[in-house]
Amino acid sequence: MHAALSELERLFPPGRLLHRPGELVPYESDALTAFRARPLAVVLPESHAEVEAAVRWCAKHQIPYVARGSGTSLSGGSLPIDGGLLIGLNRMNRLLRLDPQERIAVVQPGFINLQVSNAAAPYGLYYAPDPSSQPVSTIGGNLAFNSGGAHCLKYGMTSNHVLAARVVLPDGETVELGSESLENTGPDWLGLLVGSEGLLGIATEITLRLLPKPETYHTVLAAYDSLAKAGEAVAAVVASGLLPGAMEIMDSLAIEAAEAAVKAGYPLEARALLIVELEGETPQVEAEARYLEEVIQKSGAYEVRVARSNEERLKIWKGRKAAFSAVGRLSPDYIVQDGVVPRSRLGQALAEIEKLSARYGLRVANVFHAGDGNLHPLILYNGRIAGELERAEELAGEILKLCVALGGSITGEHGVGMEKKAYMTEMFAEADLAAMRRIRLALDPLELANRGKMFPGEAPALQFHGAHPLEKAGVISRE
Amino acid sequence: MSTPPLQPTSAAEVQEAVRTHRHLLPRGGGSKPALSRPHEGQTVLDMSGLSGVLEYDPSEYVFVARAGTRLAEVEALLAQHGQYLPFDPPLVAQGATLGGTVAAGLSGPMRQRYGGLRDFILGVQFVDGEGQLVRGGGKVVKNAAGFDLPKLMVGSLGRLGILTEVAFKVFPAPKATATLLVNFPGLEAALEALYRLAGSPIELYALDLQPPGTLVLRLGGLPEALPARLERLQAFLGRGGEPLSGEAETAYWRSLNELNLGEGALVKVALTARRIPALEQALGQAPRRYLSAGHLLYLAWNAELKALDALLQAQGLSGLVLKGATHRPQIGIDLGQAMGHKVTKALDPQGKFAQEPYAAQD
Ligand SMILES: Cc1cc2nc3c(=O)[nH]c(=O)nc-3n(C[C@H](O)[C@H](O)[C@H](O)COP(=O)(O)OP(=O)(O)OC[C@H]3O[C@@H](n4cnc5c(N)ncnc54)[C@H](O)[C@@H]3O)c2cc1C
Ligand SMILES: Cc1cc2nc3c(=O)[nH]c(=O)nc-3n(C[C@H](O)[C@H](O)[C@H](O)COP(=O)(O)OP(=O)(O)OC[C@H]3O[C@@H](n4cnc5c(N)ncnc54)[C@H](O)[C@@H]3O)c2cc1C
Repeated sequence: MHAALSELERLFPPGRLLHRPGELVPYESDALTAFRARPLAVVLPESHAEVEAAVRWCAKHQIPYVARGSGTSLSGGSLPIDGGLLIGLNRMNRLLRLDPQERIAVVQPGFINLQVSNAAAPYGLYYAPDPSSQPVSTIGGNLAFNSGGAHCLKYGMTSNHVLAARVVLPDGETVELGSESLENTGPDWLGLLVGSEGLLGIATEITLRLLPKPETYHTVLAAYDSLAKAGEAVAAVVASGLLPGAMEIMDSLAIEAAEAAVKAGYPLEARALLIVELEGETPQVEAEARYLEEVIQKSGAYEVRVARSNEERLKIWKGRKAAFSAVGRLSPDYIVQDGVVPRSRLGQALAEIEKLSARYGLRVANVFHAGDGNLHPLILYNGRIAGELERAEELAGEILKLCVALGGSITGEHGVGMEKKAYMTEMFAEADLAAMRRIRLALDPLELANRGKMFPGEAPALQFHGAHPLEKAGVISRE
Repeated sequence: MSTPPLQPTSAAEVQEAVRTHRHLLPRGGGSKPALSRPHEGQTVLDMSGLSGVLEYDPSEYVFVARAGTRLAEVEALLAQHGQYLPFDPPLVAQGATLGGTVAAGLSGPMRQRYGGLRDFILGVQFVDGEGQLVRGGGKVVKNAAGFDLPKLMVGSLGRLGILTEVAFKVFPAPKATATLLVNFPGLEAALEALYRLAGSPIELYALDLQPPGTLVLRLGGLPEALPARLERLQAFLGRGGEPLSGEAETAYWRSLNELNLGEGALVKVALTARRIPALEQALGQAPRRYLSAGHLLYLAWNAELKALDALLQAQGLSGLVLKGATHRPQIGIDLGQAMGHKVTKALDPQGKFAQEPYAAQD
């Protein structure tokens, strides 16, 4: 046994310190199953003090560590480090406080995203960030990845909904960042922590901002005979001055997949579907709906449906939410990419992706958060055909470079993690990366926290992209 | 002795200034003198020459501009396309600049609807303490690559780097607005209504408390829906209040933007509504206004700042002196902590931007 392990045994009782090979297997990878690594051990803390003790143990013995929530990261963010410690936070899953009057919830990091809204529902409140993984992903993981969902344009990402956090820094020291107030004085240290992918500290207590639930939704589904028309419709909606809660587009391949999976009743022959959802106070939404109708009519949609009931609304969304996992029905394997382009470049990006798809001889399905310019191209391939995976990966890389070349980003919500660190140099200059690295080293001189993630460096080649087990089981779907 | 201000007109000149000067203080438009008053030995870097909007495509809801650009210029440009800065920065007419607004971390009453400055900043370019030009974030409305340096700069007061360029998300401006002033018998009743409103689906652009008992509410949206919404709001409160519209309404908010609350130091305090009753007992005559459902207090303090400092400390609150002579604009509880000190040291290892010119040399 590793000498330091016995010291860890004094800190964690059996059952919460795992180190036998069989016990470690479930923790060897996250939703990016391309990578596997065997940690030295897994600890399952139940309190802030235990997280602190684990991190101090790592600092003392210079052992790298990774924090893990539910392991749904699609970019290898929670992949363990060979011979490192994995700190599993799933047991710290309590709602510590819900204050409906002040509209805040204080949770432990392992608390599940969807449960925040469930807990807030009796008070007419909800938690806005809604990643598709919300039935399983944790608030700690959401914080570390600054997760997004369909409603980012209007409401922003996780970062805009985290008010405060208690954090164990990589040297084991504890700090309190932010406060219950929406405003603060002094630099926004909390803003820096959110989205830092577990490199700057482990959050053990997180204060979230809750919002009142919108009074009404108005959901429109429009069918087009070309992707370009759907893209132009988005531009027209924006130009009209409306600010929808969500604007999503699916192309024909995605429509086909979604229909086969959940029978949402989508017009099957459409080349593109646009979902636009208005939300807010009833009189306002009613007035906005009239403008939206005009805009959509002029945009050349050949069929327009408006959800007349909550059931109809949910049905429209069900197809959209299922589109990704449904693609599995069309192809044995697929890669989900996550990139962002300026909204006005959506049409150009899609045309380029189409060309790339033809050049590589691989089908690409497109589902995206059109309002944000956040693309999620799905690259279909067959892993059994020699060389096809490599071609798929090359194509995925070309799409990321395309996003940057068009003025966008290599990730809108899935993080950099293990998967995209090589592309950070596409987006950032040396001096930019050096500044981030200096911040990291100031807090973690030995680079123990999530070593090997986010920043470019040597990375093993990707081997396999597939559905998360929970996806295959139909529990979650990706956006 | 302080040297005369430098006036860079390019990022390269800012880099040069940082490399060749020992202590620097960036200054924007002169709207928050307490924050940009040089100490001895500090060279002022007047950022007003580094101005101009670089990119703005209304259909993106994004603009990129140099840090010394005046808010007034940005607002005028956005208004031409029916858009606005939803965090509602104050002191526009006084010449506040984008960089200064970010560095001071200031938002105004309309932050209530969509959030504050930190919710709208997308990208930054700045010169760090070693003269390196650093970019963080991006210029698209959604981005999760790398550390969120844009947010880090919010409220940094020029101590972490000198901003040379910023990118912001903007939104369509409400096509029409209306304001309702509602008097309540006292603080308690006003706070009760404030809580009810903040937890309701009624969407307010502003939800201010003018103590002791007046709520100031601003609705925005499509003109045809406003009358019905105003009626619903009045019904919700059980009070008619005093509606303001048209020119009177615009003028009311424009004058509020100047934060001319009264004589003395202008101070911003971060809080939640729960803290208001205790503060109200302690603040006496100081003119003040609570914004954004009690999350933000702007206060005119006409006595010793030391006394306010002590008062805020006793209440566990932090404040920022925006106008008035002080060597220490940050008052109340000390929010500095291990993480902050280390990050500051990483970006400014030689203490060039330190608040007290010689304090950071340790
Ligand atoms: C089917 C599917 C759909 C998805 N859809 C979306 C989507 O719509 N939008 C989106 O943004 N993402 C989506 N994701 C990605 C993923 O769910 C999110 O990134 C999520 O936030 C990860 O949460 P987790 O609890 O699983 O974290 P993990 O995967 O366990 O960890 C993610 C990262 O957070 C760090 N971390 C975990 N807990 C903490 C903590 N307490 N303190 C500090 N660091 C911590 C880890 O070290 C790691 O770097 C999807 C994933 C799947 C599999
Ligand atoms: C020698 C001298 C003495 C003075 N003494 C006084 C005095 O005693 N009392 C008084 O009221 N006025 C005094 N002034 C005037 C006052 O300094 C200016 O009017 C004012 O400082 C300039 O505007 P501002 O930076 O506050 O504006 P803002 O732009 O609002 O700046 C606010 C904050 O942002 C920072 N900042 C601004 N731009 C950037 C940027 N691009 N990057 C990073 N940070 C930035 C500033 O350092 C400051 O912390 C003095 C001026 C001089 C030259």
